[in-house]
Amino acid sequence: MLKIENLHANIEDKSILKGLNLEVKAGEIHAIMGPNGAGKSTMASVIAGKEEYEVTEGTIELNGEDISELAPEERAHNGVFLSFQYPVEIPGVTVTNFIKTSINESRKAQGLEEMPAKDMLKMIREKSELLEIDRKFLSRSLNEGFSGGEKKRNEIFQMAMLEPKLAILDETDSGLDIDALRIVANGVNKLKSKDNAVIVITHYQRLLDYIVPDFVHVLHDGKIVKTGDASLALELEAKGYDWIKEEVNS
Amino acid sequence: MDLKEKLVASYVAFENDVNINSDVHEIRTKALQNFEELGFPTKKLEAWKYTSLNSVLKQDYSIFPDNEAAIELADVKKYFIHDIDTYKIIFIDGKYSSFLSDTTHDEMDICLLSSALEKPKYKAVIENYFNKIAEQDNLTSLNTAFAKEGAYIYIPRNVEVEKPIQIINFTTGKEDATMLQPRNLIVAEQNAHVQIIERHQSLTSNPVLTNAVTEVYAAKDATVDIYKIQNDNNNASLVDNAYIEQKSNSIVSVHTFSFGGNITRNNLNFYQRGEHIDSILKGVTIIEGKQHIDHHTLVHHIEPNCESHQDYKGIYDERSTAVFNGKVIVEKEAQKTNAYQQNNNVLVSDKATINAKPQLEIFADDVKCSHGCTIGQLDDDALFYMQQRGIPKKEAKALLMYAFANTVLESVKIPEVKQRINKLIANKLGVNIGFDL
Repeated sequence: MLKIENLHANIEDKSILKGLNLEVKAGEIHAIMGPNGAGKSTMASVIAGKEEYEVTEGTIELNGEDISELAPEERAHNGVFLSFQYPVEIPGVTVTNFIKTSINESRKAQGLEEMPAKDMLKMIREKSELLEIDRKFLSRSLNEGFSGGEKKRNEIFQMAMLEPKLAILDETDSGLDIDALRIVANGVNKLKSKDNAVIVITHYQRLLDYIVPDFVHVLHDGKIVKTGDASLALELEAKGYDWIKEEVNS
Repeated sequence: MDLKEKLVASYVAFENDVNINSDVHEIRTKALQNFEELGFPTKKLEAWKYTSLNSVLKQDYSIFPDNEAAIELADVKKYFIHDIDTYKIIFIDGKYSSFLSDTTHDEMDICLLSSALEKPKYKAVIENYFNKIAEQDNLTSLNTAFAKEGAYIYIPRNVEVEKPIQIINFTTGKEDATMLQPRNLIVAEQNAHVQIIERHQSLTSNPVLTNAVTEVYAAKDATVDIYKIQNDNNNASLVDNAYIEQKSNSIVSVHTFSFGGNITRNNLNFYQRGEHIDSILKGVTIIEGKQHIDHHTLVHHIEPNCESHQDYKGIYDERSTAVFNGKVIVEKEAQKTNAYQQNNNVLVSDKATINAKPQLEIFADDVKCSHGCTIGQLDDDALFYMQQRGIPKKEAKALLMYAFANTVLESVKIPEVKQRINKLIANKLGVNIGFDL
């Protein structure tokens, strides 16, 4: 599904990713952990195509196709979804209208007709129920005045609507209380299938109790320095990152 | 001969066409003298510091276009709000078009100023209202000097006009360059309700200069809503002078949608003569190329317990230039005034310019006056977020701009007008997405 090889990326001449390798197959869940400033969010933004980052070396392949030169919307049309750590507030555009525009623009790019209003409404109802989202919430301006938890739930709601092939969840657990965490994780698990894949970026083991990863990677100084199974997350929780840094340095 | 000399020299010809033995003509000749003294405004005047008319005054305008030019309804239908029933007062090259119009004298008068100025039946109204609040400045004086044709709307007490009234001035381009000076008079008596849609539309690319004056009187408890659609082609310039007097408990709103034209100057003046008045001034401006727009607003709070709400949003691309000068005067007697002014601007290109000047003169001490003015760019993070959700950059920009302007559209009361504005905005932004946010 996703194959990243020797990826180097800069922002304003500052090098952040320094030779990152990662392969994610369909049906898998990968967790990315690592200390602050390791480059986790940068990795997510670079895969999604944020223009401020310059890829200086390496490739990002999605289903065999190099996507590193594509515009963010084209990557989205190819099935990449990024749940933002800080979702942006867009006053004047309601949640419903935003998601309608989003779905129809993606369909347009694929040469499809707009989704009939009836189907759209049905889908919105189903997916909002899945994430226990109140109907009133859908007619509010996108993310405007939302609590941290509402913003994250709204991200996963959009993910549910867009049905991406590759979903990257950037610290989706931050700002969530335990109930919201359970709802969000449950949503992600229900959307998971053998045909799609999820990358979970997190600081805490907590989320991984609910979304159980097949692989856990430690990102440090722009590279993946250690890979293990779900038990690695437990070990990190108990021991912190210093022992890994030492391992790398030695 | 420059335009001023040409106008003054042609006055004899104008006088051949009107009744010169009337009170109205006395007003006209006085106004002509005034214009002769003042001339056209120059950048030396504070109020015209950022707007120069020099380039448009150079044209050799035809001042009295000849006979009625025929236009087919099919060719101009798109400029009407045609999906609802409306009254229409339509002019072609300054002359009334009975063919395109739909006027009435039933219970109210929705007709022509030319007949109102001449016929005894209207004498009292003309005496009471004609040129009573229009300022004596250069361009208004020029219009008054040549005041002859325009819309005349008189709504008696307690009459609620059920259909909106459209006033459209077409220019056909039959002349190489055309100057028009429409003069409108709108009177809403006590508890009368009326909605008006105004438009100036040139049908070719020949230069047009329009110097319009509209006087509006809203008596006690009256409600007047005016929608100005300014989407003319790039060789048409407009100076739109509007003077509005309100009495107690009246509500007057003016929405100005400026998307087209060469140089557009809006002088919008409100005078509050009564208590518990609400004045609403809203505008959306989206321009590009070398277009220039200048919004000069004035709200004069003269008596206590009144409100005014101003909300102007502007989006400027390429080398377009703009001015927002919002003046609010609160007199000493006007205690408990609530005056609100908001002016937000987005510069899409770094070559575009906005000169924004809120001007508050407050002489009362127990008032709430707020003003906010912002100049910014589109938010890159918001654009990336939207692109990530599959919305292409161009559409994402359009959606952001539309959302930005939307607070102004919310208060448009005629759904078909709102729809039309939505469509104009989508066209203007070059996108094909339905806005029904």
